[in-house]
Amino acid sequence: MSLLKIRNLSVEFSTASGPFRAVDQVDVDVEAGEILAIVGESGSGKSVSMLATMGLLPWTATITADEMSFDGQDLRELSGRARRRIIGKDLSMIFQEPMSSLNPCFTTGFQITEALRQHTDLNRSQRKDRAVELMEMVGIPDPSRRLKAFPHQLSGGMNQRVMIAMAIACRPRLLIADEPTTALDVTIQAQILDLLTGLQKETGMGLILITHDMGVVAETAERVAVQYAGQKVEDQPVADLFATPHHPYTSALLAALPERATERRLATIPGVVPGQHDRPEGCLFSPRCQYADERCRTVPPPVQPAPIGRARCHYPLNVPAGEEVA
Amino acid sequence: MLRYVLARLLTFIPTFIGVTIVSFGFIRVLPGDPIIVMAGERGLSEERYQEYVERFGFDQPLWKQFWDYLTGVLQGDLGQSFVTNRNVWDEFFTLFPATLELSLCAIIFSVLVGLPAGVIAAVYRGKFFDRALMSTALVGYSMPIFWWALLLIIVFSGNLGWTPVSGRIGLMYFFDDVTGFMLIDSLISGQEGAFWSAVQHLILPSIVLGTIPLAVIARQTRSAMLEVLSEDYIRTARAKGLRPARVNGLHALRNALIPVITVIGLSVGTLLAGAILTETIFSWPGIGKWMVDSIFRRDYPVVQGGLLLIALMVMIVNLTVDILYGLINPKIRKR
Ligand SMILES: Nc1ncnc2c1ncn2[C@@H]1O[C@H](COP(=O)(O)OP(=O)(O)OP(=O)(O)O)[C@@H](O)[C@H]1O
Ligand code: SF4
Ligand SMILES: [Mg+2]
Repeated sequence: MSLLKIRNLSVEFSTASGPFRAVDQVDVDVEAGEILAIVGESGSGKSVSMLATMGLLPWTATITADEMSFDGQDLRELSGRARRRIIGKDLSMIFQEPMSSLNPCFTTGFQITEALRQHTDLNRSQRKDRAVELMEMVGIPDPSRRLKAFPHQLSGGMNQRVMIAMAIACRPRLLIADEPTTALDVTIQAQILDLLTGLQKETGMGLILITHDMGVVAETAERVAVQYAGQKVEDQPVADLFATPHHPYTSALLAALPERATERRLATIPGVVPGQHDRPEGCLFSPRCQYADERCRTVPPPVQPAPIGRARCHYPLNVPAGEEVA
Repeated sequence: MLRYVLARLLTFIPTFIGVTIVSFGFIRVLPGDPIIVMAGERGLSEERYQEYVERFGFDQPLWKQFWDYLTGVLQGDLGQSFVTNRNVWDEFFTLFPATLELSLCAIIFSVLVGLPAGVIAAVYRGKFFDRALMSTALVGYSMPIFWWALLLIIVFSGNLGWTPVSGRIGLMYFFDDVTGFMLIDSLISGQEGAFWSAVQHLILPSIVLGTIPLAVIARQTRSAMLEVLSEDYIRTARAKGLRPARVNGLHALRNALIPVITVIGLSVGTLLAGAILTETIFSWPGIGKWMVDSIFRRDYPVVQGGLLLIALMVMIVNLTVDILYGLINPKIRKR
């Protein structure tokens, strides 16, 4: 049984200029102890789909799904109280901006122990001991002093470590890391990623790593889901995805990787992700796709079977011999 | 922090000098001769008049009068009231507890009601409570205090007979000033019903005086909360599985309090101005009523000294607010 299983998740925001579908029919599967990477350009609905899972979207969002279960529990039917018993404990999340994601008015120690206070029976001094232990785990030097520091007194990298300590405080079964390194220096980025994968190995938790960095994916993940304009367009084990991408968007993303570029100049995909008002009728990638034809522009593409990477495309690439294209 | 407080204390000096000049000038600009006013309808013989002129020092040039006043102030001597002959300083501090008690009750009332109201309005933004509260706050802010006081008196004292109309305590109670705070003194006296009587006398004046600050605090709390609630760290707090009450009441409110504290501090100045009106309406024997009476009597020393002491109080309050601000906002404290 999957740890997290989501079928047909859609999220629609009601905005001043009408409804906007930020996530469209997305499936997610994560096994216990697995690392899943979700990649995609800015605005492809990576954060929104995970925030929907956590139940952290504002009231303007309407969430629909055929299935949405964590550890066998149906997340859709959950009361607020029941959900609060899960999130922050078995299911936790860290965010993109460490600096603004910590409360400036409270010490890091307070914010770490608060998660323990909420979900465990530990007493005050046990909580403090555990906080020190957590800070050591995430590589914060001089923990007992740092417990008393306010977020603005620490660097971005240190704050992200604090966020991680906070998120793993109650030994979650699944940790969602939403672009945990985007706001950090390159050198710190590698450290934080090592830390996350190390913790994952140590604790055996599932890890969802949201990123738009294919390099990071190659180094850390086991499986990759590629998202585009709110839809999942491909889903494969890492090695297969890099070797035989089936969706033209994935293929273009890989071509944009510096190591793969044939010219000296970094290849980028021309065009932008369609926004609220310029969604094409057929395939959402058709305005930027080099293989697009009339059918692509008018008929929404089907989802291909698993051997073709569940690619959402009329004309998938690298189709293995003997596979039937849907 | 200590250096910060000392620096703030230094800025008191120019303000202090400014207030001294203004308060000295203000009362002398008003037409009317204090001696004539004091004599009233009986009038005064020419000799008696001259006697008073010399006694009050009006025969001296203006700069000399100011100089005498200033040197007096610097030695802590604010002079004597023309009317009662009592020391201005003593009179001020005899009456000040009454004003302080009223102002404290008013500010407590406005914070106790305004803060939660603002928080709830922000949490239920756009819903009925929010709309109702914000329109009420607008009315509260723009309503003439005099009219509001009379309305309350008519309804609660007149029609319903729940609260007394004036004074600090019922006439049948009598006890010595210990602290000058009626709530405390009435308790100390041990007289049955005295404390309750004092409370009843405080209710309407506190509501009247607290209405404008209440409206200001509620609006400021709401807008500060709205801003804070969309911050990333609020999402982090919710992601921990904390109860909404804790997310809103601790994580959000703590941050929202920073601007609200400033507004509360600023409304203390308004409060003292409002106290003058409120005390007059409710015959509240405090600084406000004393100042108004003294202005009508052209009691120069009282008006000068009173204004100076009021300004001093406002400055002390503002300093306290700044210190409080630093305690709540760690970013400032560390500077
Ligand atoms: N509260 C909201 N109301 C309306 N639209 C929203 C809201 N939150 C997100 N969106 C929209 O949903 C779309 C997907 O956003 P999302 O944050 O999931 O993108 P992302 O893939 O995480 O991108 P990034 O890499 O920049 O984090 C965006 O177009 C965004 O503008
Ligand atoms: S459906 Fe057509 S336009 Fe869309 S990705 Fe496939 S080939 Fe390109
Ligand atoms: Mg995002």
